[in-house]
Amino acid sequence: MGNEAQGTDDVATTSVDFPAVQESERFQTLRRRHRNFVFPVLGLALLWYLAYVLLAGYAPEFMGTPVFGNVNVGLLIGLGQVVTTFVITMVYVSYANRRLDPIAAEIRVDNGGDR
Amino acid sequence: MDAASTPGSPLLNIGIFLVFVAATLVIVFRASRNNKTAADYYAAGRSFTGPQNGAAIAGDYLSAASFLGICGAIALNGYDGFLYSIGFLVAWLVALLLVAELLRNTGKFTMADVLSFRLKQRPVRIAAAITTLSVCFFYLLAQMAGAGGLVSLLLGIPDRVGQSVVIAVVGALMIVYVLVGGMKGTTWVQIIKAFLLIIGAGVMTVWVLAINGFNLSTLLGNAVEKAGTADILAPGLQYGMSDLTRLDFLSLGLALVLGTAALPHVLMRFYTVPTAKEARRSVVWAIWLIGIFYVFTLVLGYGAAALIGADVIRAAPGGANSAAPLLAFELGGPVLLGVISAVAFATILAVVAGLTITAAASFSHDIYGSVMKKGNPAPGSEVKVARRTVVVIGIVAIIGGILANGQNIAFLVALAFAVAASANLPTIIYSLFWKRFSTRGALWSMYGGLAAAIILIVFSPVVSGAPVNEATGLSTSMIQGVDFHWWPLSNPGIVSIPLAFLLGWLGTVTDRNREDAAKQSEMEVRSLTGIGAEGAIKH
Repeated sequence: MGNEAQGTDDVATTSVDFPAVQESERFQTLRRRHRNFVFPVLGLALLWYLAYVLLAGYAPEFMGTPVFGNVNVGLLIGLGQVVTTFVITMVYVSYANRRLDPIAAEIRVDNGGDR
Repeated sequence: MDAASTPGSPLLNIGIFLVFVAATLVIVFRASRNNKTAADYYAAGRSFTGPQNGAAIAGDYLSAASFLGICGAIALNGYDGFLYSIGFLVAWLVALLLVAELLRNTGKFTMADVLSFRLKQRPVRIAAAITTLSVCFFYLLAQMAGAGGLVSLLLGIPDRVGQSVVIAVVGALMIVYVLVGGMKGTTWVQIIKAFLLIIGAGVMTVWVLAINGFNLSTLLGNAVEKAGTADILAPGLQYGMSDLTRLDFLSLGLALVLGTAALPHVLMRFYTVPTAKEARRSVVWAIWLIGIFYVFTLVLGYGAAALIGADVIRAAPGGANSAAPLLAFELGGPVLLGVISAVAFATILAVVAGLTITAAASFSHDIYGSVMKKGNPAPGSEVKVARRTVVVIGIVAIIGGILANGQNIAFLVALAFAVAASANLPTIIYSLFWKRFSTRGALWSMYGGLAAAIILIVFSPVVSGAPVNEATGLSTSMIQGVDFHWWPLSNPGIVSIPLAFLLGWLGTVTDRNREDAAKQSEMEVRSLTGIGAEGAIKH
């Protein structure tokens, strides 16, 4: 069975006092932990990407410096971008599992939601 | 260009493609049996797992432009082609860290659900639907135009009439997939395509590396030897000519990295999983698959440069786009070429299907259901409208694709990214993270960003006035022989994206109306905790 989602709000949510939850210590902790991670990490990742783009545009000779064999600095920095993307992804998942999900689940369960 | 210069056997290519179509059609029909409600049709009952959805996202995202286009760009311009793929990949961090989970927790079907959550419903929904439809339209046009070029290359159909017929067939197939299968069918097509594409590229990558003794340096050395210049290993061949082209590249890089997290068809995929945690897993899987794929394209691009050579690729029908197919033929003969060609076609089909269902959902859910019927459409009528919209969009896409056949695909895709990053991203971020953000800020940012991006494109060298290439006698502009450009860059991102952020801020701080504080509380709490999030549909 399914329900026509449009126009029907979950019964559980209508009884939740959202402003009170928002004010609560626990929610503020969750909000702080989330923001304190995502903003700086994304900021660094974007700066690192910007540095890469600027180096490619304005310092092609530096990027062309051979490191070993025919592999040069530009190629290593480019592959480095791939590696940092993978690393940030894994670090965020581990952070979210440890620091965000448990507290979000607590708040959810206390307000009539599922785990 | 004559058909004889097409390598391989067009019949074999068509045959392998038909097998793919037949197999996916069976799956689409099976998947369609449970398409009853709006949540089934738009969001596949929210029943996909994170890994499945991640594969579908990769299938949706790795368009023909990224496979054929990036391989070709690396084969011809070396390092500069690689720069594209890095932007396309790093962009996923924005989606992972800022958007995916919060969006999953607060919305139902469309991007507009989130943007209008705590602002004035009608105006914000209309604006969000307009930007959604614009982005989908440009992206769709790019894919359909790409289909024409692919046909000339892979099936040996050089004349425009024959290509137009094939574009119409691709469009008709897409309508069937989306009409019958809804989001569930579309998702399965994308998953299958993602695996075919990644496995195909993976096999070719290992093959190219094996030829070069599994040594990247040897491969690069062979590419340099064939090209006769070591310039292909460093940036600069495509972008490094002048200050203007460097700025243009910066502008493109900005649009690529900020556009992904604001592409409506990518955002809509997050509604097909049951929870925010699964949305996170989706992005993680997507990042791995997309990242690995782009590393493959690096090897394939340099492999094509080494084994085929830039001159042969340039002279082949399809130009740069023919690098990957020619490499497949060189490695595995007609059979591998047939498989890779079929995968490339499947790619176009899967991407246009995803775009079409997104555009149809936005029209029926945002414009019809929420604005015209004020949030209370008759039961089942929204899905009915969505299905009709699919047919209309399909026809528009076929006509647009036939007209745009032969246009520069990369330009259309970059335009879609720039419009998404300018018109959507500021409002998405402000409404999720800035308490004070107001309706006026949202409207200024969305309309301002959309208008700035489109106006700058219209008056840029991509539309008119690019220098004429002496060899071909043609300019790279869309319109030949006239020049009304006054904006020097071909990508508007460097101006239009900051402008849209600025307008969102300015519109908000000058707005005396305060938005509903209780709605802001609800949105923030729901976005971070998942209270009241739309759950999976159990059949």
